[in-house]
Order: sequence, then C-alpha cells, then structure tokens
Amino acid sequence: MEDSSPPLIRSAALAALLAALLALPLLGVRLVDSANGLSLSGRPELVAWAAGGVFCGRLIIDLFRRWIRDFSIRLPVPPPPPEWTRFGVGWALALFALVLPFLPFADRNLVDKATMVLIYIMLGWGLNIVVGLAGLLDLGFVAFYAVGAYSYALLSMTFGLSFWVCLPLAGLFAAAFGLALGFPVLRLRGDYLAIVTLGFGEIIRIVLQNWQDLTGGPIGISGIERPSLFGLSFKAVPPEGQTGFAEFFGLNYSADHRVIFLYFLILALALATNLFTLRIRRLPVGRAWEALREDEIACRSLGINPTTIKLSAFALGAMFAGFAGSFFATRQGFISPESFTFIESAMILAIVVLGGMGSQIGIVLAALLLVGLPEWFRDLQMYRMLAFGAAMVLIMLWKPSGLLSSRSPTIRLGGRA
Amino acid sequence: MLRVEGLHSGYGRIEALHGIDIDVREGEIVTLVGANGAGKTTLLMTICGNPRASAGRVILAGEDITALPTHQIARRGLAHSPEGRRIFPRMSVLENLRMGASIVDDRHFKDDLDRVLELFPRLGERLEQRGGTLSGGEQQMLAIGRALMSRPRLLLLDEPSLGLAPLVVRQIFDIISTINREQGVTVLLVEQNAFHALSLAHRAHVMVTGRIALSGSGAELLNNPEIRAHYLDGGAGGAEDPNL
Repeated sequence: MEDSSPPLIRSAALAALLAALLALPLLGVRLVDSANGLSLSGRPELVAWAAGGVFCGRLIIDLFRRWIRDFSIRLPVPPPPPEWTRFGVGWALALFALVLPFLPFADRNLVDKATMVLIYIMLGWGLNIVVGLAGLLDLGFVAFYAVGAYSYALLSMTFGLSFWVCLPLAGLFAAAFGLALGFPVLRLRGDYLAIVTLGFGEIIRIVLQNWQDLTGGPIGISGIERPSLFGLSFKAVPPEGQTGFAEFFGLNYSADHRVIFLYFLILALALATNLFTLRIRRLPVGRAWEALREDEIACRSLGINPTTIKLSAFALGAMFAGFAGSFFATRQGFISPESFTFIESAMILAIVVLGGMGSQIGIVLAALLLVGLPEWFRDLQMYRMLAFGAAMVLIMLWKPSGLLSSRSPTIRLGGRA
Repeated sequence: MLRVEGLHSGYGRIEALHGIDIDVREGEIVTLVGANGAGKTTLLMTICGNPRASAGRVILAGEDITALPTHQIARRGLAHSPEGRRIFPRMSVLENLRMGASIVDDRHFKDDLDRVLELFPRLGERLEQRGGTLSGGEQQMLAIGRALMSRPRLLLLDEPSLGLAPLVVRQIFDIISTINREQGVTVLLVEQNAFHALSLAHRAHVMVTGRIALSGSGAELLNNPEIRAHYLDGGAGGAEDPNL
C-alpha cells in the first residue's frame, strides 16, 4: 500500500471535530452560582483538550494499526502450531500451577492472587460452554455464581453441612437455575438473548439484596464455615473432636496452610471443569453445541432437538459457576450481593471473548491479563482502570478475534481423536 | 412415500401456499420448478414442519407428520438439504458429516462415511478443512453428503444448483441421479434450473404463486411449449445456464 498520510490526518481531524461537537454541550458550558442567580459560563479550554486528546488518540490508533499491518507483512504468518505444542502448553501451565505455591518467590499474597485468577479462569471455562461452544450470549452469568455462593452459605449455616456435601448441592442448585433461565429464552438468540440474561442476572442480585430474612439483605452472610481436608481443620485451634492439619502432619501451625489449601482446591475444581469441557466437546452433545452455534436450522433438519441441547449448555455452564460460587463463599467467609453485580458478568464475558471464544488456553491468558493487570497497575493509583481499559482496547485492536482463536476439530479419521 | 394433501402455509398472516397436493412415490425423483416466490422453498420447509401448515396434511410413509416438530420429522427418514446449503462453516468437513449422522447408530458411521466419500471424492481430500473454506460446489456436495449421512429414505433438496458454475451443476445433478438409482433414495427436488431438473425427474410439478399449475412426467414438461417459453428459453425466471 502506498503511504497515504493525508487520510490519516483527515480521519483524526474528523474524529476531533466530532469530539469537539460532543464536548461542547457536555464539557463546554457550566452552571455558575452567582449573586444574581444561576448563570452559564463557558469552558473552552476543556473542549480543546477533549478534541486534542481524541485527535492524538485517533492518530496513535491508526499508526498502531498500520504498524501492525506492516509488521504482519514483514513477518510471514507462522504456520499453525502442531497439535502437541497445544497440549504441551496446557500441560506446562498445569504443571506450573501445581508447583507455584512452593516456588521461592511465592508468598502468601501471590498465592492469594493466583487463587483469585483461578476463580475467574474457572468461571470463564464455565461461561465458555454457554457462549463459546453453544453460542448463547449470556450477560447474566454471575447469577449462577451467586446462586452457588448463597447455596453453600445457607446450607452450611442452616444445616451445618460440610463444604464437601454442599459443593455438589450448590452445583445442582445453580444448574437448576440455569434450566429456569433456559426455558423462557429458548427461542431467543444474539442481542435479544443477551438482554434477557442481563435482566435475569439483575433479578437474582435484587432478590438477594431484598430477601432480608433469608439472605441477610445488603449486610450479607458472614462467618461462613471454612472447608476441611478429609476432616483435618485449618483453624489455629481445631474444633472439638477434630484434628488440625498442622498437628496431623507434625508441622508448626501457619495460616499459610489454608491459603495454599484453598489454592489447590480451586486448581482442582478449575482443572476438572477444563477436562470436562475438553471431553464433552468430542461427545455428540458437545459437537451439537458447536453445530447449534453455527446454524440452528441445519441442526433441526439433521434431527437434533435444539431444546435439549440449549438447556444442557445452560445447565452445565451454570453448574460450574455454582461450584466456583461455593468456593468463593468458603474462601471469603463472607458474601453479600455486592460481589455479584453486572460488572462481574461483564468481566467473565470479557475473559471469554478476549481469550478467543471457545479456546480453553486463551481463557487462561485472558484471565491472567484481566485479573492480573489491575494488580500490576496498582502503582498507577487513580489511573489504574484507565490503563486497564486501554489494555483491553489494545488487545482487541491487535487480535480482533481473541488471543487464541483457532479451533481444533473434534474428530479425525483413523481413531476418534 | 410422501403425500401432501391440500397444504396451506405461510409466514404470519401472509399465505404462501394455497392448497398444494403432490405425492412422491418410493424410488422416484420428483421435481418442483417455478419462478422466484412461487412457494417452492416454503413447501419444502412446511413439509419439515417449519413454518407449520395452517391447513392440510403431510403424510410420510403412512404416518401423519403435519404436527411433528422438525427434528422428529428428520428422525423418521426424511433428510432436508436446505436452501443456501447451511453447512457448519467453522467445523471441519468430517465434523459436518458426523453431525449428519447424529441420529444414526455409531456403528454405521464408518460405512456411511465411505459411501458418501465414494460419491464425493472431493470431500475425502478435504476432511480436515473447515466447511467455510470450501468452494461453493464443494459446500453443496457437503450439504448433500451430510444429509445422506442420516440414512434417509426421502431426500428433500432445495436448489442444489444455486450459485454454481454450469460444469459443477452438471456434476451435482449426476450425483443426485446416482443417489436415486444406486442407493434407492427417493428425491424431491426444488430447482430454478428447469432444464437439468426436468431431464432428471420421473415426474414434475410447476408451481405458480403458491399453487401447482401443471404436472406431468419430466419429459412431458420438458417438451411443453408453455414451459419452454417460461422456464427454458430465457423467459421470466428463465434458465440460468446460457449454454442451453
């Protein structure tokens, strides 16, 4: 392509003009409380700043785009990596996750952060079933996370059940809510589905907030029971009749034990989610999810019942969110509706989309970026979220279809791979 | 095999079919020709239960299937290769074919696959390729192959020649006749490409604005002067193949 700098400047100027027009009413005028009532005063410098900022931003984006284009022209597109590297990367990441808490630089804080990232990875993998595989855009996924968390908290507080009994129950409850959402939205797709699921997520949150008798309302539930390892407690003073973890293994008591235990717990849960998804993709129901995402009419004419396929996607995705939710409750020891706002749904969806819609490893990378970045940016203080947003925009400019968007087929000839 | 009696159907309040009667006998190729908007596609779709018939009946092998949901109809040995091919673009050719066999016992998969690949050797060379990257003709082959994977007794084909080069069109029609002759699959074919479709058909119907205007054997219709004027010699809705 020949160099065309005038259009570059022109598009930036056009954007700046638009910004100035928008900024004029929004930033340009101000109500001033003066002696003789309210009066209007102008703030032209702010409008100029906005227009200038947009001009530079647009220019930078265009240059960045051009740079990427030139860059990709200079470098021939690498051939798709062979299958073993895909597996290799997965195994290497899993192995690294396994030894992470024992590495010399891993302090309590890092393991805690890693636990947080793993929760989002698990949620991303759960939502990936619904959005990435079945193609059902769900903006209210956090509802199932909330159902899981409250199920565990309430079951444990009311009936004194242990974490290990509550975990499957919380998954079941969440799956039931998945079905409850699934039924009314069977006929909807795309934008329409997104709006209904968004509403569903808000309904759940508002119910939690207002059903004071059951959920404690905005105050939430605190003092939630921590999990034990086969009856070994992680408390400094184990309850009557129980042995402490440290005591059993002849270690000195340390609060780190529980942090590390929680880390391994969520790692196991997340890996189970991953294995489940990898496996089910190769089964008829998993393949049907993907086919349904591609073309529902064709699916029907091949004898596939879209109702059961969609409901199974909703229910299974919700179930994993339920597991993650009960883990969240047991880790925090305290939950309130504030933890389950729309922004969480948006975050999980962003992880799935940024990861490349359907790619398991892509979700890991995206979760590391989206949950990890705000932590690294802590030094930026009030500009933290700005940097976070900018990073997201840059990723989407750089890789519009997500970090890892290639898809490996679920069957090959000669052995069902 | 398939009998359609007094079928009325449409979209919302607009009726597209005003009482259609046709029947397709075992082992036949029956063709429906007609101009754009005559209701050919709607007829196939209504036979498959989407949209639902507002009046009339569809009977498949003695069973009334008018009120059955689409996927149940497909499970009764009726395969529909819909208009516009509708393959799964991001799934591989093999996965597309596997989806076609969703309602068939896994044990038959290998044999059925061999049978389809014998008909369409081109697909065999591209099994790992994504469906969306195939050429138009190959996509059409995949759509037909996918429909065959469900071991149908009756195959509904909606405009298999749509948007294809003349040479490829001939290939596709040859294969349709092979499927019918050698595998004993009954075919109901909807086409705009009247010349090919009529020379292939045992019997044919001409549809005009939601009604059957004319019926007869394929050869009869091919020699009918009115048909020639309207559908073959470049009249309204004329033949797409300029070599005819």
